[in-house]
Amino acid sequence: MNFFPRPKSRLRRLAFLFFVIGLPARAGAHLVTSGLGPVYDGMEHMLLSPDQWIMVAGLGLLAGLNGAAAGRAALFSFPCAWFAGGGTGHLIHLPLPLLIPGVALLVVGGLVAADLKAGRKIVVAVAVVLGFLQGYLNGVPPGAVDGAPLALLGASVVAFVILALGAGLAVNVEGWRRIVVRVAGSWMAAIGILLLGWTIRKS
Amino acid sequence: MVIAVVLFPLAPAQAHVQRGGATGLTTGFYHPWSGWDHILAMVAVGVWGVQLGRPAIWLLPVTFPVIMSIGGFLGLIGCPLPGTEVGIGLSALLLGLMVAAEARPPLWVAILMVGIFGLYHGHAHGTELPPNEDGLSYSIGFVMATGCLHGVGITLGLVHRWKTGTIVLRIAGMVIALGGAFFTWRAML
Repeated sequence: MNFFPRPKSRLRRLAFLFFVIGLPARAGAHLVTSGLGPVYDGMEHMLLSPDQWIMVAGLGLLAGLNGAAAGRAALFSFPCAWFAGGGTGHLIHLPLPLLIPGVALLVVGGLVAADLKAGRKIVVAVAVVLGFLQGYLNGVPPGAVDGAPLALLGASVVAFVILALGAGLAVNVEGWRRIVVRVAGSWMAAIGILLLGWTIRKS
Repeated sequence: MVIAVVLFPLAPAQAHVQRGGATGLTTGFYHPWSGWDHILAMVAVGVWGVQLGRPAIWLLPVTFPVIMSIGGFLGLIGCPLPGTEVGIGLSALLLGLMVAAEARPPLWVAILMVGIFGLYHGHAHGTELPPNEDGLSYSIGFVMATGCLHGVGITLGLVHRWKTGTIVLRIAGMVIALGGAFFTWRAML
């Protein structure tokens, strides 16, 4: 029986490549202990993971660009989704594709750069989905077994603060300040694209 | 003896092997500054954006890094792009000519042109990236440096508001075009 049929067209080969790369792999973001306890470990982990806090900051900018109501909604929905995702990951331990951080950066950065008037519901949906996925990736590593709920709480608190800062910066900005925010979004999208390339290259 | 005793214990070791995020960030930030062909083209994008005015002043410097990262992505996954070095040389040549002539094509033409050249620059960077760096930090430094080079171009282009400044920019465009011609010629040898 042929379990792995050879893809025929170029498009199929590309789809096959992405399928293989997208297969679940063990997450590499193991928690490093600081000696200050699990809450601070979680905080430190978040602050030392640029792929995570840049995405959170970008989400804050997106929420802020969509107005104060969207900013407030994302501010509370994102950390909750993050914590829920982390808890789920900690319980299930089923690894997710490594492409998620790059895709998340690309999506958030692209939405900020496009200055998409998505509205509160869409912003909250994006925040919940990305928060859950990123939280899940943080909950999966075996290094987070000791005091994992507290570590996730610490990371969620930092996510709340970063998101609040991003949303606060972007809310009600107009003129050249709005352009600066959109340029920052384009940089995030560019970083996301390159991160995808790195991830595929490493696999 | 006293001087020796005081100085020797305080001397920090210099021969550290750089690893991790900081190396990736600094290496990535340094990379776009490491070749004049890249520098000339990226600065020219900023200057041309100023000459074209709004919204090109920010659309061109946004287009370039995004499309450049797509080129970098293609380079990283090993997708070939023929004539990369010639494309990079041509980018400096043509963008320099645009600045020298103070050309004002439709906005979509300018974006398309900058995007195509960005693809070539990104592909060259993507294929040249060192294998053992921290990919994320490298990418952050790399994108930031590209943005800074555009910023240099925009800042230089601010002299465009004065008549003398307009002439100076057009001369600078000619210099960039000459540099681009040199790099194109060298790539074709």
